Amino acid sequence: MKRSFLLYFLITLIGFIFIGRLFQLQIIKGETYDPMHNAAVKTEYDYPERGYVYDRNGKLLVANQLSYDVMVQPNQVKPLDTLEFCNLLKIDREQFLIRFKRAEKFASYLPSVFLKQLAKEDFAFLQEKMHKYTGFYIQKRIIRDYPIKAAANVLGYIGEVNEEKAKENDDYQSGELEGKEGVERQYEDLLRGRKGKKYLQRNRFNKVTGSYKDGVSDIPPENGKDLILTLDIDLQVYAQQLMKGKRGGIVAIEPSTGEILVLVTAPSYDPNMLVGRKRSKNSIILMDPKNPEKPTYDRSLLAAYPPGSPFKMMNALIGLQENVISEQTSFRCYGGYRYGSRAHEFMKCHCDIYDKPIKLKTAIARSCNSYFSNTYKRIVEKKNNPSEGLDSWNKHITSFGLGNYLGYDLPAGQKGLIPNGKYYDDRYRYTWNASTNISNAIGQGEVLTTPIQLANFTAAIANRGYFYTPHIVKKIDKQIIDNPNYTIRKQTTISKEHFAPVIEAMHEVFKTGTGRWSQVKGIEICGKTGTAENSIKIVDGIKIQAEDHSILVAFAPKDNPKIALAVFVENGGYGSTIAAPITSLLLEKYINGSISKANKYRELNMLNMSLQEIYNKQIPKSKEIASGTK
Amino acid sequence: MRQEQNNIFAGIDWILVFIYIILVGFGWLNIFAASKTDGDIDLLSFSTKYGKQLIFISLTIPLIIIILFFNSKFYEKFASILYIISLLSLVGLFLFGKTINGATSWYNFGVLGLQPSEFAKAFTALAVAKLLSDRQYNLKLVKNQIKAFIIVFFPAFLITLQPDAGSALIYLSFFFVLNREGLTLNYILLGITIISLFILTIFFGASKMFISLLILISLIVAYLIYKGGKRFFRFNWYKILALYFVVAFVILGTGYTYNNIFKQHHRDRFEVLLGLKVDNKNIGYNSYQSELTISSGGLSGKGFLKGDITKGNFVPEQHTDYIFSTVGEEWGFIGSSSVIILFMLMMFRVIYLSETHSNKFGRIYGYGLASILFFHVIVNIGMVIGLLPTVGVPLPFFSYGGSSLWGFTILLFIFIRLDAHKNYDW
Repeated sequence: MKRSFLLYFLITLIGFIFIGRLFQLQIIKGETYDPMHNAAVKTEYDYPERGYVYDRNGKLLVANQLSYDVMVQPNQVKPLDTLEFCNLLKIDREQFLIRFKRAEKFASYLPSVFLKQLAKEDFAFLQEKMHKYTGFYIQKRIIRDYPIKAAANVLGYIGEVNEEKAKENDDYQSGELEGKEGVERQYEDLLRGRKGKKYLQRNRFNKVTGSYKDGVSDIPPENGKDLILTLDIDLQVYAQQLMKGKRGGIVAIEPSTGEILVLVTAPSYDPNMLVGRKRSKNSIILMDPKNPEKPTYDRSLLAAYPPGSPFKMMNALIGLQENVISEQTSFRCYGGYRYGSRAHEFMKCHCDIYDKPIKLKTAIARSCNSYFSNTYKRIVEKKNNPSEGLDSWNKHITSFGLGNYLGYDLPAGQKGLIPNGKYYDDRYRYTWNASTNISNAIGQGEVLTTPIQLANFTAAIANRGYFYTPHIVKKIDKQIIDNPNYTIRKQTTISKEHFAPVIEAMHEVFKTGTGRWSQVKGIEICGKTGTAENSIKIVDGIKIQAEDHSILVAFAPKDNPKIALAVFVENGGYGSTIAAPITSLLLEKYINGSISKANKYRELNMLNMSLQEIYNKQIPKSKEIASGTK
Repeated sequence: MRQEQNNIFAGIDWILVFIYIILVGFGWLNIFAASKTDGDIDLLSFSTKYGKQLIFISLTIPLIIIILFFNSKFYEKFASILYIISLLSLVGLFLFGKTINGATSWYNFGVLGLQPSEFAKAFTALAVAKLLSDRQYNLKLVKNQIKAFIIVFFPAFLITLQPDAGSALIYLSFFFVLNREGLTLNYILLGITIISLFILTIFFGASKMFISLLILISLIVAYLIYKGGKRFFRFNWYKILALYFVVAFVILGTGYTYNNIFKQHHRDRFEVLLGLKVDNKNIGYNSYQSELTISSGGLSGKGFLKGDITKGNFVPEQHTDYIFSTVGEEWGFIGSSSVIILFMLMMFRVIYLSETHSNKFGRIYGYGLASILFFHVIVNIGMVIGLLPTVGVPLPFFSYGGSSLWGFTILLFIFIRLDAHKNYDW
């Protein structure tokens, strides 16, 4: 063995190790190397204009305005005259230090917002002095402007992207804005457009020395797309005015297309409140969980309550479809319906037709509880066991889009609840029958629906058996949407012919029934009022039952319907007192374009009507003690 | 018995010269890329780094001619004197030297600075060759070993005092030379064992290392006893005991050295390298940037003068110690591994030629040359590609700097001179 072997061997070994390491660095790691993200390349952004939003008639709802933020990149900051700088920014030294520390904590090598949304006059002044403060610069931003102060729940708002997302997602940087609620959030990708990027070569002193590779990788900005909503802003504003002083939601849909015409939650807020410097102060007020008004809670999409009487139409339709009743079937009512032998097992009825045969039309018009209890019992008992019976009941209802997210294009929603056989099997361990959950017959019980689901259900009745999934966006950059979810009609499981008697009965409601005080001359309104029993709440340790919520569904005109809606008023009492006049005013406004003189008193009445006193009563502890089952 | 020819180029190994020219030329291109600014290109000027380097390179031509002009016997005869001169020049630094970056390593002559430690390597190699080539010299004797150690130790010690630990470290390469001439390998093995124990202890912590090594040694001993039976134990028990003691001593000593003798910046460098500390901004910035720069080159690199990280001057000292990162960025995997292969070829060639020398002096000197090159390449490239801690030594023929270039040129061409004459009688 020659002694020279050792050195030969070591040289070869080290050579292999080094080349292996180079292979690892340049070939394996080099694959993942992103040329744009090294310190030698500075990226400058060119912000596109965020898309505008219009209503269905082309009225501008959301526009843009400019705003200026002071940004800081802490690792580039050089010692500066803080006193002068603070004076320019109109903050004190303490604030300066707090803000600077916060920016450092975020990441010293990334820019972050130092001071948000400068006043315009400050900006002009500051811009000239800015060069003195290395590491600070002014970033132009586009913020929103709302010419019409309505529909805040639909439009949503934009806010600063959260810091986690800013670090992970290439589309955002700290301080940039993104849609947080409503259409702004749902259509963020379209509205945002694409940021332009300019790559610049820089040296280690961060001095830009020219464009990077002559700009071959630069991306030009692409403006956001404009949206045209299905919303009718005039009707929306009118509806919001009518809901003044009340809490609740209104959803109106065009049955022939599924386009949402009105989506009101009350109380709401002026969307301009969440823009500009006052934004953070306002958002604290608006989003305070202790605020009982919950102005940012969209009741039209989120308030899931038992639907009450409007649900009787559902049971009527199922009864007809399942052939357990016909138009001629009659039941007698004895001031209520006894579903068990014990004294309390009796459901009261307010139809005031004692011991006479009641047919379907009358039953709906007078809202007879006994009639629908009988019908429900027959539906459930048609099958071998109640579980199967309830499953078939459930199948019909869910075909109307109840009991699940509807699939509309807004980022808030509730499933609601339509129980099936399994639900009660689990709950009662198989020892149950139709009488156990008889309140489902009249839409109380376990059933829960949201206003938008009810509006859609009404639209399906108006269409005699089908609906289009409700949606809020009509056109994207003047292109009509082609999402099949919104353009293909959804058929319910009820045959067309069964709708006629139900619609006749709904028409009767506004002719002679509970809605007769809210008729409009020349418009054939079909509808149904209802009350949702307000479930027992515990306020300050005492059980109370508050005033019932009033609910109303309606569509008009009877033939070739143009609008279907659901109105929900919290603690509104009987549907006929508040919900019905509001409905008729909205229908009249939409179909006739204005309110006739004869109905002006109604308009005035509703605009001035306030339930504030009732609401106020709920906040301090109420002396009323629950009166048990009703 | 032929007479030596008058032609100074006769017998020269053109392969080595060829590799030398490629390395120096390619090195200059990379220095040009690393130090070029956007202004006018100003070759042969003292105002730019690449201009200066070009002047240094052109000055190597007279230097080479002078080296080749001397008879090879001259180097053998004057080895001791040259060695002593270089020692004196190192000592003189403490009186006349100029301090740059905290190290007094330079003589200042206006535009030109000279770094004697770069030249001392060549003369130490001559001195070692001279000592070891003595017919009466026997490296098996401890007395002779100590003599050799002293020759190597003196310049290293003076350089450590500057302080320039990196350059001093290179003197460890003489172990290879001594080993070639008969020094037992145990010294190197011992050194390697201590260094690995040292690093492992820093990495895992003293207590873990202690326990795991104790278990490991006990297992080995148990196995040996099992194989060798009682007899093994009877003859070796003191060795086993000694082994335990040595391990304990090294591990405990590591903690002491690390915490009390090492400076904070040494500790930081170690910890960043071992991944115990992540710091891409301050201490680890150099390595991080340099790795990133190399990675960005990919397979074939971004092309000459197209390295944007190099252009941005993100890697500190890129034209000197970190020049290899420019190669990595602009010439990619192909370019950078070619440089490594070129260095390997040069070292192989030197060793091969040394082995053909009939006379010991030339062979030993050749070994010194190969070992010094080897150490420089390991320490420098190892650092640039993030395998070794940050130690400032230049990459031979590549890095910017006149002293380094001339030092290596002298080192190499003395060997070429010696080699050219190996076939002639002395």
